[in-house]
Amino acid sequence: MSARLPSGGRLIDRRTPQEFTFNGTTLRGFAGDTLASALLANDQMLVGRSFKYHRPRGIVAAGVEEPNALINLGTGNRAEPNQRATTTELFDGLQARSQNHWPSLTYDIGVVNTLLARFLPAGFYYKTFIHPRAAWKHVFEPIIRKSAGLGPAPTLRDADRYEQIYAFCDILVVGGGIAGLQAALVAATAGARVMVVEQTPNWGGRAVVDGDIINGAPASDWIDATIYALQAMDNVQLHIRTTAAGVYDHGYVLAEERIADHTPGDGRPKHRLWRIRAGQIITATGAIERPLSFAGNDIPGVMLAASLRDYVVNFGVSAGDRTVIVTNNDDAYRTAIALHAAGLSVPCIIDARAQVTGDLPARARALGIRIEAGRAIAKVKGSQRVKAVSLCSQSGEGTVLEEISCDVVAMSGGWSPVVHLYSHCGGKLIWNSEQAHFRPDPARPPTGADGLGMVLAVGNANGEMSAQDALADAARGAAAAAAALGFKANMTAATAQISLDAPMEPVWIMPQGAGIALRSKMWLDYQNDVKVSDVQLAAREGYASVEHTKRYTTLGMATDQGKLSNINGLAVLANALHEDIPNVGTTTFRPPYTPVTLGALAGESRGDIFQPLRKTPMHDWHVANHAYFEPVGLWRRPYTFPQPGETHAQSVHREVLNTRSKLGLLDASTLGKIIVKGPDAGKFLDMLYTGVFSTLPVGKCRYGLMCNENGFLSDDGVVARLSDDTWLCHTTSGGADRIHAHMEDWLQCEWWDWQVYVANVTEQLAQVAVVGPNARKLLEKLGGMDVSKEALPFMAFADGVLGGFAVRVYRISFSGELSYEIAVAAGLAAAFWATLHDAGAEFGAAAYGTEALHIMRAEKGFIMIGDETDGTVIPQDLNLAWAISKKKADFLGKRGQERSFLANDARPKLAGFETLDGSVVPDGAYILAPGTNGNGQRNTQGRVTSTYFSPTLGRGIAMGLITGGLARIGDVVEFNTVSGGSVRAKVVDPVFVDKDGEKQNA
Amino acid sequence: MRDAVTALGHAQFDGFCKITEVGPVGMISLRANADVKGLAKAVKAVTGTALPAPRQIVRAGTHAAGWMSPDEYLLILPYKETDAALALLEKALTGQHYLAVTVSDARAVFRVEGAKADQVLAKLSPVDFATLGPTELRRTRTAQVAAAFWSENGGYMLVCFRSVAGYVMGLLSHSAMPGSALGE
Repeated sequence: MSARLPSGGRLIDRRTPQEFTFNGTTLRGFAGDTLASALLANDQMLVGRSFKYHRPRGIVAAGVEEPNALINLGTGNRAEPNQRATTTELFDGLQARSQNHWPSLTYDIGVVNTLLARFLPAGFYYKTFIHPRAAWKHVFEPIIRKSAGLGPAPTLRDADRYEQIYAFCDILVVGGGIAGLQAALVAATAGARVMVVEQTPNWGGRAVVDGDIINGAPASDWIDATIYALQAMDNVQLHIRTTAAGVYDHGYVLAEERIADHTPGDGRPKHRLWRIRAGQIITATGAIERPLSFAGNDIPGVMLAASLRDYVVNFGVSAGDRTVIVTNNDDAYRTAIALHAAGLSVPCIIDARAQVTGDLPARARALGIRIEAGRAIAKVKGSQRVKAVSLCSQSGEGTVLEEISCDVVAMSGGWSPVVHLYSHCGGKLIWNSEQAHFRPDPARPPTGADGLGMVLAVGNANGEMSAQDALADAARGAAAAAAALGFKANMTAATAQISLDAPMEPVWIMPQGAGIALRSKMWLDYQNDVKVSDVQLAAREGYASVEHTKRYTTLGMATDQGKLSNINGLAVLANALHEDIPNVGTTTFRPPYTPVTLGALAGESRGDIFQPLRKTPMHDWHVANHAYFEPVGLWRRPYTFPQPGETHAQSVHREVLNTRSKLGLLDASTLGKIIVKGPDAGKFLDMLYTGVFSTLPVGKCRYGLMCNENGFLSDDGVVARLSDDTWLCHTTSGGADRIHAHMEDWLQCEWWDWQVYVANVTEQLAQVAVVGPNARKLLEKLGGMDVSKEALPFMAFADGVLGGFAVRVYRISFSGELSYEIAVAAGLAAAFWATLHDAGAEFGAAAYGTEALHIMRAEKGFIMIGDETDGTVIPQDLNLAWAISKKKADFLGKRGQERSFLANDARPKLAGFETLDGSVVPDGAYILAPGTNGNGQRNTQGRVTSTYFSPTLGRGIAMGLITGGLARIGDVVEFNTVSGGSVRAKVVDPVFVDKDGEKQNA
Repeated sequence: MRDAVTALGHAQFDGFCKITEVGPVGMISLRANADVKGLAKAVKAVTGTALPAPRQIVRAGTHAAGWMSPDEYLLILPYKETDAALALLEKALTGQHYLAVTVSDARAVFRVEGAKADQVLAKLSPVDFATLGPTELRRTRTAQVAAAFWSENGGYMLVCFRSVAGYVMGLLSHSAMPGSALGE
């Protein structure tokens, strides 16, 4: 059984016990434990079930590479699925549940899959569920997803907050082991701004556990002294619990800091996403130990050798009483020595190498530990826990020589450098056959904007596997990175005691001649249940590419992304293909290195600040008056102001009739307002608009259309001439920023020698439309300027004062009513708006929203950008040829409109429609034509663009584009409806109300 | 004449830094090439400062002039002085190609105060505060909207568009939440 040792555990504080629950049972650990070490201390080796076969799964590793110990953490609004127990810091009150099993962890009904395993080969899903096609989506996938699963997604809103931060440095060091610290010290001493991120809460990496001696003293002394030195430097930032998840172009790195995972609810943000821009990136990310592939290597109790000693040395936890060690290298002997030192039994070290000669084996031998050279594990006995191993000869086929009882198997198949970050942005790898691993190729690093390397790996991550080599490599790498940025480093590396290790020997299958029965029990990917036999089957079925094999077998596709399985899997594939490993190559390493919480990626963007909502100065009044808002771009505009008991349709109806009969007030502040000034401003506007604006008299307004270069209608609005060299262009509400940018684009890139300046003053000025027969009465009551028909006729404007407010008043109308649009400084707009309501009460003043605005303009036959236009419509389609100058030599869109498809009378043109039964044509309806097209679809002759119930006329009205346009007036056509029928409507003039404009000109 | 109000009525937030909406602040957007005759004199007449160098803001008491782009300046002055300032500019620059327009009401202005004020902004804007000059006017973005800021009296002044004042107040408050300072 696994248990807490009576002493030891350099990271735990035995004076600070902590209680937590696992599947509802209360257990105890200590401050400094990980959840995994605390579970082991409570003899909880079984922590989950595998994805496909629901095999029992135990803790294998002690770090981010852990494939098995995935747990649900927390409950309710702090529930998190798929958290790795090995990287979860224990805290008092932690609640953990195992996942992927039913009904319980110990008795899982899904485990019958074991019996069916032979019917679930590689590519099973592809082979089985391909026919019938529709069944995948509706039958197979839902069932498979339910039976597979992993942890359930949280159902409540996350209680925590997240944030992001931008950071800049010369050199980013990823990894706080001895190589990373050495690199940071060298770079910082050279004067570079250095940032060090370490994914765990502790500095120093593996050095202390591995017993490294640095500068003649235990590694911890050097680590403490180096951290102390770095902390004292102004140009150094140190961050623990911070994982660099991805490296991107131009030295951009995303790193996630886990601030409050271990202190939930303490008021700090849970995570902080660092968005780092680094001059050079040094990856000192260490290496990950590989499992060995022997039958039964997935049974709980089989662990990585180095991880096992992590538990002993760091946490004072033994995984079991009797540990058999199986290895192909010297490093695993450190585990034997550590276990022996902790008073635990190591009945045997099984070494696949025929010769065992290194310093470490000699020490183990001296301790009296039995070493079996040239031997292998034929099979692990046990189901939910290791009971024994049977020995065989590595060179044979698995004939059992002896059985040794034990409760832990510690395996080591060699070490793979963590090359992920080096590879994210295109860094290439080379195969080192001596160590049997891929390491970064220094000749082909990921390159920055200057074509030179921007990422440099050091230490174990660079394939320098001894402490001495790693420190020297780190100092060298840091000096090179500093030099690339113009800093001169002249610091020598610390020196570590040299251990003479014998070469490792690659072992991809144990024993090498194992038959199919054994190979079917050799797990490569523990989480996704991919075995040696699956990869070999894939090879036999023709999968030669490692990328294809990965997807076919799901090797390395689990949440651990193959940190343990990738190299072993591709080695098996290479052997099956009779290829060299480097020829098969690796799969692509992509960010993130370990999962990043979606909350951190969203950062502050949630709730009220999910996106910027633009509000007019009158917004608070609208809210107080129960406005129902609609989005217009990022603006929120009142759609209507329903009164108690009114539906939206009823309130819109009321707003229209009130405005047409009395007085309506519209918050038109969102209207775009752009000042255009300069000696060439007239020329500029004549190019921008289809009409002529250079001749517009000062004090007058004119309606204008703006097209893009292709001739399509892009924006419209009223232009006012403020002075000899200054115009004010109104744009649509959604178009202000776009049109401003459009103007700057042409001025900066094409007509850079024209003397024109533009300024977007949309938000400087609020605008109120005072609309209706009583409009003039209200303004006259406020007083301050002459707003009579004579002084201020239709399409004129004047500056003045109304009711004490400095205003600019435009006689323009989008409703067909007597209408004044009044611009006032935004800071005074709320007061002005309130004044209009107070003074207007006696004239029946009432606010109206955008829907009433739309209906009234449709009743007048006025087009709306975005309704009548969709990017494929030219002004001529909308009978607006009158607004296009025939005299001008050029304007944007002129040549586009001359192209044959646009200068074509067959194009559908705007007309009005009145349904015969008075109903409303459905939005988006097509105008049907006889027959069907080549695809068997009903022919059409046009479509509706605006359709409303007109309160003024008491019937449905619509505008639409129809072949023949106004020439079709009098025809009766059919619109389709959503329900399948059709609506008959008569083609009419689109101006439904006051065609002569008597009301607006009043 | 009534007094103009700011977008948020001087809203405040107290976290590890203090956020206050201030203003209204008088602002004039002045567009002119740097070599326009009389430009330096015109700016001096309005703000009492020299023409700012690229990316800089020059201050003189309640007035300041900031460099916004190669042909754009931001003149800062008391809210009620903008009309007079426009007249001064018109007088000094008659016959020159320029554009001057009041934008006081188009803006919201925030003050971020506290020893760690740069952290509040670093969470929202891709700005390297270690290399930000003491008199630098930084045009950037805060999360999803445009903004500009500069340091002033041990804190920062931040300018954004008026319509998104509530959003920016929300951003600054979120960034300045108690417990959110680095190293806490």
